[in-house]
Amino acid sequence: MIRYTLTRLGLLVLGLAVASVLIFVSLRVLPGDVAQLIAGTEATPEQVATLRTSLGLEAPLATQYLDWIGGLLRGDLGTSLITGSSVVSELADKARVTAPLAAMSFTVALIVGIPFGVLSALGRRRAAGTALSVAAQALAAVPVVWAGMMLVVVFAVWLGWLPPQGFPRAGWNDPAAAFRALLLPALTIGVVEGAMLLRFVRSATLQALGQDYVRTAAAKGLTRTRALLSHGLPNVGLSVITVLGVQIAGIIVGAVVIEQLFTLPGVGRMLVTDVAARDLPKVQGELLALTGFVLLVGFVVDLAHRLVDPRQREAS
Amino acid sequence: MTTLRRLWSLGTGRFGILIVALVVVTAVVSLFWTPFDPAAVDARVRWSAPSWPHVLGTDNSGRDIASLLMAGARTTVVVAVGAGAVASVLGIVLAALGSLTARWIRESVAVLVDILIAFPVLIIAMMISAVWGGSLAVVILSVGIGFGVNIARVTRPELRRVLHSDFVLAGRASGLSTGQNLTRHLLPNVAPVFIVQLSWGMAVAVLAEAGLSYLGFGAPVTQPSWGVLLSDLQAYIAVHPLTVVWPGLAITLTVLGLNLLGDALREAADPTLGERTPAARTHVPGVVA
Amino acid sequence: MSLVVKNLRIEIGERDVVDDVSFSVPEGARVGLIGESGSGKSLTALAVLGLLPDGARASGSILWNGREILGLPDRELARLRGDDIGMVFQEPRTALNPVRTVGRQIGESVRIHEGVSRREALRRAVAEAERVALPDPERIVSRYPHQLSGGQRQRVAIAMALACRPRLLIADEPTTALDVTIQAGVLSLLRSLVQDAGMSLVFITHDLAVLAQVATHAVVLEHGRVVEEGAVTDLLRAPTSVVTQALLRDATATLWHPELPPRGVVRDETEETP
Repeated sequence: MIRYTLTRLGLLVLGLAVASVLIFVSLRVLPGDVAQLIAGTEATPEQVATLRTSLGLEAPLATQYLDWIGGLLRGDLGTSLITGSSVVSELADKARVTAPLAAMSFTVALIVGIPFGVLSALGRRRAAGTALSVAAQALAAVPVVWAGMMLVVVFAVWLGWLPPQGFPRAGWNDPAAAFRALLLPALTIGVVEGAMLLRFVRSATLQALGQDYVRTAAAKGLTRTRALLSHGLPNVGLSVITVLGVQIAGIIVGAVVIEQLFTLPGVGRMLVTDVAARDLPKVQGELLALTGFVLLVGFVVDLAHRLVDPRQREAS
Repeated sequence: MTTLRRLWSLGTGRFGILIVALVVVTAVVSLFWTPFDPAAVDARVRWSAPSWPHVLGTDNSGRDIASLLMAGARTTVVVAVGAGAVASVLGIVLAALGSLTARWIRESVAVLVDILIAFPVLIIAMMISAVWGGSLAVVILSVGIGFGVNIARVTRPELRRVLHSDFVLAGRASGLSTGQNLTRHLLPNVAPVFIVQLSWGMAVAVLAEAGLSYLGFGAPVTQPSWGVLLSDLQAYIAVHPLTVVWPGLAITLTVLGLNLLGDALREAADPTLGERTPAARTHVPGVVA
Repeated sequence: MSLVVKNLRIEIGERDVVDDVSFSVPEGARVGLIGESGSGKSLTALAVLGLLPDGARASGSILWNGREILGLPDRELARLRGDDIGMVFQEPRTALNPVRTVGRQIGESVRIHEGVSRREALRRAVAEAERVALPDPERIVSRYPHQLSGGQRQRVAIAMALACRPRLLIADEPTTALDVTIQAGVLSLLRSLVQDAGMSLVFITHDLAVLAQVATHAVVLEHGRVVEEGAVTDLLRAPTSVVTQALLRDATATLWHPELPPRGVVRDETEETP
């Protein structure tokens, strides 16, 4: 187990390193001049050149990269070229919207995906089970952006129950309003992701149904349903853990789009704005942070799976 | 060919084939004819409800939505096919490198694939957009890379399994050259898994186009695309809520069709195929926006 | 406690995979169901316990102690399973839950039917493990299936099936998936346990030689139909159907003297001459 953890940790670090190189290199291959962008069209070539030097853009690529890495190791993700604010502080600020959004979406996805996935497998021969399966297929095919729009139309435009956009200026100091602002976004992401999870859980449960050891359990005296629930589901749970990592990645990605749709001041929306503004250092830091988070989640999920499955623990 | 027949007999397969065919036909037809010129602006008929001759209504500039949808199908097909091609090439190359070469190359490729898998398509798209600005190429490339890695991950174990299988060894023993061996044994075994992944990958591409175009990293606003249409109409949903239904429905149906096609292909190609490798069996769902 | 199967028919999809099968297992009898793969023997056994796979429909009559059990609701059948009728399956690799200890799985049978505490169930599990001659019973109960050999796993399966002392044991090819060197051991274990407890046995196999060591009576199936039945000694000496003759040919390939019944064949005390 220790050896496995270390190996995965090593892969995590390696992944981060590769990501950092990829991000750095691809953002440096820029047609057009960042310094020019900032300086504006009125600036003279000399002014632009001075700006370039002061921004460190004249140094060789390798040096720039090492400078960046050095900063990272000190906990400095860079500063915005445009506003001068530190990336870390901006991320921390925007995370106060994105983190709760992600958590709420994840909860919704779990509620939609797991129990209904199992139910739809158990009731596969009845109309309800098939209907659930079909509905999940359809929902999983819906682009998250459109789902959000439709929910806004129903709940904000027609019913007027929830705000169509925005986040209260008071932020979390007004928890009720903040929660209401995140509800529709979280539902949107959660339902679409949940539909995908449902399909997976259904398929895993169907598989468990056909397993020999479930039949053995029934042969011992459990009813077939109880045999499945008691013996099959834990194994289903095991395979669900493996998908959770992908689900979380999907939620983050969904959040980027949804924050745009609902104009939520979160990490995703900030990233989009920064990319459009070509704020290189900021985008670099943000992308690395995001990638690092995804890699970390994958690492944790792998470990959890390994811990829970007795076949993979070194028992003897 | 029995695969095709089995595919058609499955309800899901039939639906998938029909939808995909519909989209492709619409795209091709739109090259020659659409009810109206998709770019034609006509201020007199702004926001008309679905009626004759604008069967799906018009948008804020009076452009015919039905024509825009038809033209948008073109973009969808280009994106799906393009991303599929990139993903296929990348996937095959990585899978081949990961199984047919010297040990150190194989191990490095395996590690590389494991790392790249973690990059969501959106992140890749943003990296590319930050450099080159948004375009369809961004969508195609990022889905191609993102899904290509997935294809590699799934195809590699199949490749290795077949490479070490008895009939390939027997083939070598009876004097077949590596090339002949490959074509005769490798392709028929790996192809089904590969095609299924391709189908799902194209679904991912269509979804990605929608999301990325909405964010501004995808199709340029001048190009008719379902994603751009969604983005355009979204601004007015407070007043004209139901116009977004059309492009959204088009995307959903296309993705559904491709997904179902993939599912049906998996069943039709070989009902026991999914059991051999867990990787091939798992359609790990991932959102691309 | 007797089992009577009458005119059993099992359909899967459009096909009849078992067609008009009848046989009976009186108390204490040891009956073999023999046939090639696909002859319907396993499905017949599964039908008795109500464990047919999805999409299979059974009709006819299955009487356990004079009570009709075919078509009973699953809850009722579950009460019989493990307590009255136990079953051992063919594939030890997949028959056990991989994420639960062996002891817990054996103990579960007891907990279901006798409602004992966890600790008591574990104690019983150790006792049962000992009964099936598993090595080091105290420690083996905390092992997981993947840590045991195939033969050991099958012994665990037998322990699970017999823990509540059922009156009938159905064994579906219990030694087929085992290494030849271990088969004999597991077979003799089964035979002694059944004989000591006076249980009835339904033994399913495709190997006449194996059957001869365990059963007194046999029912030969082909394509879901009964083609011959009778005392094992008769079948060995003078098989009438083509199927039985083929099975005998396959079996005698591994036997020493094809004319004489092989050593270890069970002699029924009430040997009747036809």
